[in-house]
Amino acid sequence: MLGKSEYSLPPSIKKRNSRRGDLPKKVVGSYWKADLVGLMPTMALYVFLVLLPIVIAGLLSLYSWNGVGSLRFSGFANWDAFFHDPIAAHSLEVTIVLALVSWAIQTPISMALGFFIAGKQRYRTVYAALYLLPLLLSTVGIGLVWQALLDPNFGGLAWLAQNAGLSFLQQNWLGSNSLALWTIIVLIAWQFIPFHTLLYQMGRRQVPNVLYEAASIDGATKWKQFVHITLPQLRYTIVVSSTLMLVGSLTYFDMIYVLTDGGPGDTTRVLSLDMYQAAFVANTFGYASVLAVVLGVIGVVVALLLVRFTGFSSLSSQREGIA
Amino acid sequence: MIKILDWAKKYTSKSVVFLLGSLWLIFVLAPIYFMVLSSLRRQGTYVTANPWVPSGPLTLHQYYVVFHSGLGTYLVNSLLITAACIILSLALSLSASFRIIRGTSRFSKTSLRLIVFGLAIPIQAIIIPIYVIIDKLGLYDTLTALILVMTASAIPVSVLIMVSYVRDIPRELIDAMATDGANEWVIFRRLILPLSGPVLATVGIYNGINVWNNFLVPLVLTQSNSTAVLPLGLYKFQSQFGIDVPAVMAAVLLSAIPLLILYIGMRKQFIRGLSGIAMR
Repeated sequence: MLGKSEYSLPPSIKKRNSRRGDLPKKVVGSYWKADLVGLMPTMALYVFLVLLPIVIAGLLSLYSWNGVGSLRFSGFANWDAFFHDPIAAHSLEVTIVLALVSWAIQTPISMALGFFIAGKQRYRTVYAALYLLPLLLSTVGIGLVWQALLDPNFGGLAWLAQNAGLSFLQQNWLGSNSLALWTIIVLIAWQFIPFHTLLYQMGRRQVPNVLYEAASIDGATKWKQFVHITLPQLRYTIVVSSTLMLVGSLTYFDMIYVLTDGGPGDTTRVLSLDMYQAAFVANTFGYASVLAVVLGVIGVVVALLLVRFTGFSSLSSQREGIA
Repeated sequence: MIKILDWAKKYTSKSVVFLLGSLWLIFVLAPIYFMVLSSLRRQGTYVTANPWVPSGPLTLHQYYVVFHSGLGTYLVNSLLITAACIILSLALSLSASFRIIRGTSRFSKTSLRLIVFGLAIPIQAIIIPIYVIIDKLGLYDTLTALILVMTASAIPVSVLIMVSYVRDIPRELIDAMATDGANEWVIFRRLILPLSGPVLATVGIYNGINVWNNFLVPLVLTQSNSTAVLPLGLYKFQSQFGIDVPAVMAAVLLSAIPLLILYIGMRKQFIRGLSGIAMR
């Protein structure tokens, strides 16, 4: 639906003559062999490094293993530990807060900015190009820049606080229990709003202007136009953007690992960080696999719920069209 | 009178929109400006100078420093694995999409279902088994490991986008070629491949950006300096240079230059590639 036209075929479809001469002999003939050459390597790699790991993660959660010694079957001991682990419960809570607040902040801003740069005014085109700049930096890069900027002694904000009279900027942004999580949420917004702005810009441009013209002739207010035209028309964009936002922030790892490593205390300790530390710092691979499975299930469930609740069935129709 | 009021109202709302849009622009640009300016200072002047005004001595010295402390290696590694992943993922996904569309065997029909299943799985959920598998294969701390893992994790999205593209290539063309005696390889080579330019560009850029910026996979699968890629290298710089903020800023800026060139040179494709997921 969205951007379908972008994929239309080039007008000139050149059919060239086939020459049997330039074929590897093996491939000539049966479809079966073509599937073997064309599909088998792809599926082998995919099954081996994506599907198989899903199975192994499930199995590993039933074992006790330190990563080097022998595996010891421990039934549901890891799962039992997970349900009684206050740290895991806290990580889960932080993860959910982070995801929901991020969504609630990023969605309206991205939507507003997307509509803003969907306008054709020249200055908005320039703004649009500049808005996307954060997308060129890696998460680690963004983390390092903000870390320098927020440094309470020599950072750019501290300078403004000391020399420009903006004393409220003098905070220990990443080191205080009450601020760290909110700071991280703002940095994530800085990193990801440009991408979602892009999605909403494309979505808004697909809405036919006739709809608005007709509505304003009928005397509909701007707000009514937004509720009755824009939101329904953008359903696809909203679902895609929200899914990416929620699944993305539920599994958010990079910036937190670089900036706070879960601290101060456990205030920014999210589930994916918990899992990383359980596996690669504490060497409790069985328990870490429980956390990994929980992460995977949360991701899949959120995606499915969003698809269901919004009556949006792109995934299923995609499959129907082919099968 | 009413006309003037209307005009005033419209004008005010336009100015408010302009103002809000500009405020966001400042929020976006301020950290980037801060990074650029800081990277041009020496460690000594950085702490004393106004970080928001380009006053006092500016120098490119830090760029020289970071380039001679390993950034070159990281850059080469990143370019290597990104190029390899793009080529591999495009080749594997396009050929697979073609076979899935042809639907000539039970295998090709079930493949798509398996691939759709993997779409919702976040890499964090499978990184532990991936580490175990890579370790057992003796590939730990190699670029090969990064290439294999990142290519594999790019397959679901790539195949899904390509399948919907290849499906739009008229059946009649394929059938006509088949009637003319062309076999599957010729159809792929002479029809599918030449027509797939746009989708290859989109998916290639999308996968390329993801590989270029990926941090978790290299963090888990590599450890030595000789196999570090840029995001990991930046992280290492932070501990290596510590309080030498200008050096770290210079490294961050240098690491973004390839994408910046791409963005300036081919903005349309770049944007299309970025939003690749949403377009399918």
